[in-house]
Amino acid sequence: MSGMGVRVDRERCVGAGMCALTAPDVFTQDDDGFSEMLPGSTAGTGDHPRVREAVRACPVGAVSLTDD
Amino acid sequence: MTESTTEPARQDPAPTAPPTQPTSTTPFPQNRDCPYHPPTGYQPLRADRPLSRVTLFDGRPVWAVTGHALARRLLADPRLSTDRTHPDFPVPAERFANVERRRVALLGVDDPEHNAQRRMLIPSFSVKRIAALRPRIQETVDGLLDAMERQGPPSELVADFALPVPSMVICALLGVPYADHEFFEGCSRRLLQGPGAADVNEARIELEGYLGALIDRKRVEPGEGLLDELIHRDHPGGPVDREDLVSFAVILLVAGHETTANMISLGTFTLLNHPEQLEALRSGRTTTAAVVEELLRFLSIAEGLQRLATEDIEVAGTTIREGEGVFFSTSLINRDTEVYENPETLDWDRPSRHHLAFGFGVHQCLGQNLARTELDIALRTLFERLPGLRLAVPAHEIRHKPGDTIQGLLHLPVAW
Repeated sequence: MSGMGVRVDRERCVGAGMCALTAPDVFTQDDDGFSEMLPGSTAGTGDHPRVREAVRACPVGAVSLTDD
Repeated sequence: MTESTTEPARQDPAPTAPPTQPTSTTPFPQNRDCPYHPPTGYQPLRADRPLSRVTLFDGRPVWAVTGHALARRLLADPRLSTDRTHPDFPVPAERFANVERRRVALLGVDDPEHNAQRRMLIPSFSVKRIAALRPRIQETVDGLLDAMERQGPPSELVADFALPVPSMVICALLGVPYADHEFFEGCSRRLLQGPGAADVNEARIELEGYLGALIDRKRVEPGEGLLDELIHRDHPGGPVDREDLVSFAVILLVAGHETTANMISLGTFTLLNHPEQLEALRSGRTTTAAVVEELLRFLSIAEGLQRLATEDIEVAGTTIREGEGVFFSTSLINRDTEVYENPETLDWDRPSRHHLAFGFGVHQCLGQNLARTELDIALRTLFERLPGLRLAVPAHEIRHKPGDTIQGLLHLPVAW
């Protein structure tokens, strides 16, 4: 296994910005205020402690770890 | 100091309580003794974390959530409704029981309607949009401090600084004329603190009338601001109707200045009472961002978030029954010893980000990043510009707000 990936569910996102605040090198917000991944995120991103913090910080569970 | 409502119970204490639950006599909410600590009367609630049975002003038994993990779970549970028009929706004080149960946008509606409303506003509160406001916020803060310095000490910090900072900023953001601030700040105060039901009702009618007229004017004379965008922008669901626009305007204006004003005044008072921690801020041994985050946790000014159970919910070895009220005691949740080491201590070095001061779930504060930015700029600049800042009266003479509203100070006389 190459490590955990991470994904953002834009349908669930409520624009709190917690992911971008917690792990600004991985998450950002688009012009409409919804969260998205910064380009260049690779498998293994989800293993980073700050990314795990961001998963926990999201109030609606829109940021989740994946198995890729 | 604060009003206390001691109405006789209107009914038997706990007709719907599960038999396994002891009938608690702990009244909720209670007034804080110290403006920055949870009420000492909440001691029994700390003892039976994460969930307690408590009694409202009218004798109605409701649940108080006090555990961090349980609060996260329940605040994300769609079976807990925030619909304020429901006749059983629990209210923390008698003055709210006697007001007409009107629809309240955003914080008073459930999904999917809430989601549609929130999505219209999210772009205006994005991290980028808020960052773009930084120069304007700094200018506002500088201008107010200039005026304080010109006038010289003493100063009443709530009126001279804590309230006008967020009030000016939210006016600029919404497109509301700040010249009318005395009017809407007064309405806002009566809406939240009464003292009576008539005050709450009248304040709401006056505020709705004022903002309704402003919105009508903006339809024909577009200006700059969030309200103008809402009126003139294309929305996927069609134009926003007038009633919703007024409701948005009331919520955003009130929430936009009351909460941050309380954080600035109470945060300043707390720092002045913790000289060692203040010194760490002044000397740069910690960042203002860390200070703001820990103050948000420590002060938990939005105490007692309310919900209504719309189905039976099994939790913590018991059942919250359909129709029962649930309050979230953010001050106790944010001092849960399972999550925070020495939670009663103000500690800039703790990782305090997972606090629930802004709530959790789909209703988590929309303006939280605006609040963080305002607090960062206001507190940093205040202590930089006035390094000799101190209380102008003994700390015990400072009066704070009653426990049934957003927590904060009623006044804060300072000198430097």
